[in-house]
Amino acid sequence: MSVMTLVSYEDALASYDPVMGLEVHVELGTKTKMFCGCSTELGAEPNSQTCPTCLGLPGSLPVVNAVGVESAVKIGLALNCDIAEWCRFARKNYFYPDMPKNFQTSQYDEPIAFNGYLDVQLEDGSTFRVEIERAHMEEDTGKSSHVGGATGRIHGATHSLLDYNRAGIPLIEIVTKPIEGAGERAPEVAKAYVAELREVIRSLGVSEARMDKGQMRCDVNLSLRPNGTEKFGTRSETKNVNSLRSVERAARYEIRRHATVLSDGGTIVQETRHFHEDDGSTTSGRIKDNAEDYRYFPEPDLVPVAPARAWVEELRAALPELPRVRRARLQAEWGLSDKDMQSVLNAGAVGPIQETIAAGAPADQARKWWMGELARRANETGTELSEQPITPVQVARVAALVAEGKLNDKLARQVIEGVLAGEGEPDEIVEKRGLAVVSDDSALGAAVDQAIAENEGIAAKIRDGKIQAVGALVGAVMKATRGQADAARVKDLILEKLGVEGQ
Amino acid sequence: MTELIRYTAAETAGAIAKGEVSAVEVAQAHLDRIEAVDKKVNAFLHVDTEGALAAAKAVDEKRAKGEELGPLAGVPLALKDVFTTKGVPTTCGSKMLEGWIPPYDATLTSRLKDAGVVILGKTNMDEFAMGSSTENSAYGPTGNPWDLTRIPGGSGGGSAAALAAFEAPLAIGTDTGGSIRQPGAVTGTVGVKPTYGSVSRYGLVAFSSSLDQGGPCARTVLDAALLHEAIAGHDPLDSTSIDAPVPAVVEAAKMRDVRGMRIGVVKEFAGEGYQAGVMERFNESVELLRELGAEVVEVSCPSFTLALPAYYLIAPSECSSNLARFDAMRYGLRVGDDGTRSAEEVTALTREAGFGDEVKRRIILGTYALSSGYYDAYYGSAQKVRTLISRDFDAAFAGVDVLVSPTTPTTAFPIGERADDPMAMYLADLCTIPSNLAGNAAMSLPVGLAPEDNLPVGLQIIAPAMADDRLYRVGGAVEAALNDKWGHTLLEEAPAL
Amino acid sequence: MPGITREEVAHLARLSRLELKPEELDHFAEQLDVIIGAVARVSEVAGQDVPPTSHPLPLTNVMRADEVRPSLTPEQALSGAPAAEEQRFRVPQILGED
Ligand SMILES: [Mg+2]
Ligand SMILES: [Zn+2]
Repeated sequence: MSVMTLVSYEDALASYDPVMGLEVHVELGTKTKMFCGCSTELGAEPNSQTCPTCLGLPGSLPVVNAVGVESAVKIGLALNCDIAEWCRFARKNYFYPDMPKNFQTSQYDEPIAFNGYLDVQLEDGSTFRVEIERAHMEEDTGKSSHVGGATGRIHGATHSLLDYNRAGIPLIEIVTKPIEGAGERAPEVAKAYVAELREVIRSLGVSEARMDKGQMRCDVNLSLRPNGTEKFGTRSETKNVNSLRSVERAARYEIRRHATVLSDGGTIVQETRHFHEDDGSTTSGRIKDNAEDYRYFPEPDLVPVAPARAWVEELRAALPELPRVRRARLQAEWGLSDKDMQSVLNAGAVGPIQETIAAGAPADQARKWWMGELARRANETGTELSEQPITPVQVARVAALVAEGKLNDKLARQVIEGVLAGEGEPDEIVEKRGLAVVSDDSALGAAVDQAIAENEGIAAKIRDGKIQAVGALVGAVMKATRGQADAARVKDLILEKLGVEGQ
Repeated sequence: MTELIRYTAAETAGAIAKGEVSAVEVAQAHLDRIEAVDKKVNAFLHVDTEGALAAAKAVDEKRAKGEELGPLAGVPLALKDVFTTKGVPTTCGSKMLEGWIPPYDATLTSRLKDAGVVILGKTNMDEFAMGSSTENSAYGPTGNPWDLTRIPGGSGGGSAAALAAFEAPLAIGTDTGGSIRQPGAVTGTVGVKPTYGSVSRYGLVAFSSSLDQGGPCARTVLDAALLHEAIAGHDPLDSTSIDAPVPAVVEAAKMRDVRGMRIGVVKEFAGEGYQAGVMERFNESVELLRELGAEVVEVSCPSFTLALPAYYLIAPSECSSNLARFDAMRYGLRVGDDGTRSAEEVTALTREAGFGDEVKRRIILGTYALSSGYYDAYYGSAQKVRTLISRDFDAAFAGVDVLVSPTTPTTAFPIGERADDPMAMYLADLCTIPSNLAGNAAMSLPVGLAPEDNLPVGLQIIAPAMADDRLYRVGGAVEAALNDKWGHTLLEEAPAL
Repeated sequence: MPGITREEVAHLARLSRLELKPEELDHFAEQLDVIIGAVARVSEVAGQDVPPTSHPLPLTNVMRADEVRPSLTPEQALSGAPAAEEQRFRVPQILGED
């Protein structure tokens, strides 16, 4: 696909209007699975967190996780949805080896939350409202690894190995209504929506929503229609687009691909497609023929969920400050201009900065480090700022060391590199790399004496009152101490030794 | 000691408690009986000699230590092979699960163990409980101890036959459309389908989740009540389990008094297709109830005529989904995995080889009923019928305490007679299905032999949900009156094996 | 209410992963046609304004606390597996999606 030459994005938008639908699956951060008491802890050894229920053993039965339902209601409320007074789980019947019962316990025509919206902020500061169709509860599948094929891909594999630790972990599927009217900003809207949704989920504390860990997965459904027409075109469904950047790239690519096919007078087939991080292209997956028939029916092993109105209102009242409100408050607290706040937002630095301040760093310091070193690195590597291998607590510690005069900015940068390189905590790295600022006089004294001895001419000038010449000696000392000396202190010492009063 | 096998469960428990006999002796006597007759009857798919003797020994040791023994401690039991048993094979009568050894116990299994009940083994059944004759077992049919050439009913034919053949005084069955009551009727034993939700389904391999219900099988009403009390009660592992006290069934079984009770005869369960001798015995029992002081009235439940069609849409629909897990990936049979075939192909080949005809028929029928375009006309309508049937029951129970009918239209038919005529086979459950659709409680109780073939006839008693005690009150009274009249129990007329 | 054709049975068999033999297709098509003819009577009530009953119990909101219960050991989990490798269930090649 990527070899085929696509019409430019601009040309595509010149004649076509994109319509998007976004389906996001969020793994909840509950202690146990949706329908059994197995732990959801990541990284356990294969098939060590399974039981008769999540293995689909004959005779086993599901029991609903109360926190799973509560989280679903919270998400629904945060997305301005109506919460069902009465709803049921349904069985979605299809065969696949990663699904132990060969039906997914999900919800069909009775989702727990429906008819909501999420306002997202675009890079120019403007707001776009994304309508939410529904949010429903379901369960995750097991993980398969494919053996014998090239690089673990399914195609050409001789067989597969299944680990069901993930099977049954609670998922909330959030489906937008068709997103119309975004025009050339469709890819940006898609990215901004997923980013904002992630912020909302995190603020609710129902999931870490780490896309890199598969805790949040996005399907991008996209179709084009000729500008000025109403009827939707045939859509493609690009599955498991798993970073914010990829969401934007996938949408962009599909807009160009659809436009290329359509302008050749071709037709788009309704199919699922796979996104490729490497070149940002998508390739054809399974054709959606009508043989697919999920035969949904109400799950007879579970009873209806009927969230009491009073309880729903309690949850609504207890909702945390939602991200957009929080951002407005923080901008004021941090005293940032709209422009600065926007760049902080675009860099995905709001959370990290706030947490760093919470860990004791002054606002300007927290912002300086995240928006400087770290934002640059995130950009270069195309990763999320919040997903860099350094914690707000660690950044706050670096800031503290600078404030205490134990580090200067140059050294602080090295410490941060160390943390990112996995060398440990800031203090350890200062230790190991020997980065502490040298300010104790005995150690400096020697260096100063040596500098004076080696530069008698300059020393003489200073004695004669040419104090500005002291810079040359300071430089010599700093050189000798590989930049670890406290420059101000060095200057004082030199002047002392030369018996000159600094002005 | 062969006399031991003729004891009722209550007598056996009493004798063990008093120390007149040891639980090990009792277990051994039944294991010997199984050894002696089961080649002919084929009631058991698996006999757990070691486990049974160990459980019996544990009861004897408990007693030796002077510890309190439960009302069924040391009593042997035959467990339908549809309940999981940790470390003991569970096949559901299917090739699909041949050799499968569950890593966990069903809640019912652990309750039996906790009660000191001695599980002798696992009994034969129609594959995945789909059938009314036990002919659909992948491991050969079970014979009816009254006439080994005839069916013992189904799907729980093995459990019922084990009782009638004196291989065990107690058995467990499951009733989705009559699989406890119909075998009870045709083998001259007592079978009870408790109120849906009163016996945990955790570890009961599902056929039709909204209809399946485990229940007691025994040779006497009191024994059934004792077993009912041991297995019923709330289970947090089953979301559809009722969190309420179990009705006082043992007390009710001992009352033997129906004076003042109002009993309704269901008008719809008679006429064409009902064997003359069956109706004769049924009408006698209704007369008997009058003599015993009950008030008998006729009631009409017009929607019951739609029960069978609704059942044959709902049960297959749920089964098509419940049995999807048998895909050759995680447990059970796998065929055709030659390294070239895909998982999809291996699944299809395995299901083709591992399932019998009736299971395949129902999976296809259920898949059809749920598929888009047909859902509303079939599954949707069947769910409406379910509502209408519950309404008929509610109306009837507004005027009477229990309903009565023949349990089955005919006595045991010859093995093979209906084997390839599904519709004829389905008629065997005509009278039992409405209670599964409504979820209420029902019992079948032997009320004599049909004169034309000298085979047992069953009386069905139906009570409202959570009024299971009424079944035992009426059943206990009828049983006592008939035993007085006959001077012995019906099973004593059964031919020697 | 229409009966069922051999082609429909073949389609349903594919949906339910049953590799039926040709003679089975004929046989089942015949039998299912009769059965469906008989059960189709329920659609008499299709038009009626009656609430459907999907379940005999009136229960709602049956839930468990989010507390970890012991899992099976991997050995127990894999004990029934037709094939296992690296403490995982070994299955034939999977067609289609990753
Ligand atoms: Mg989903
Ligand atoms: Zn589990």
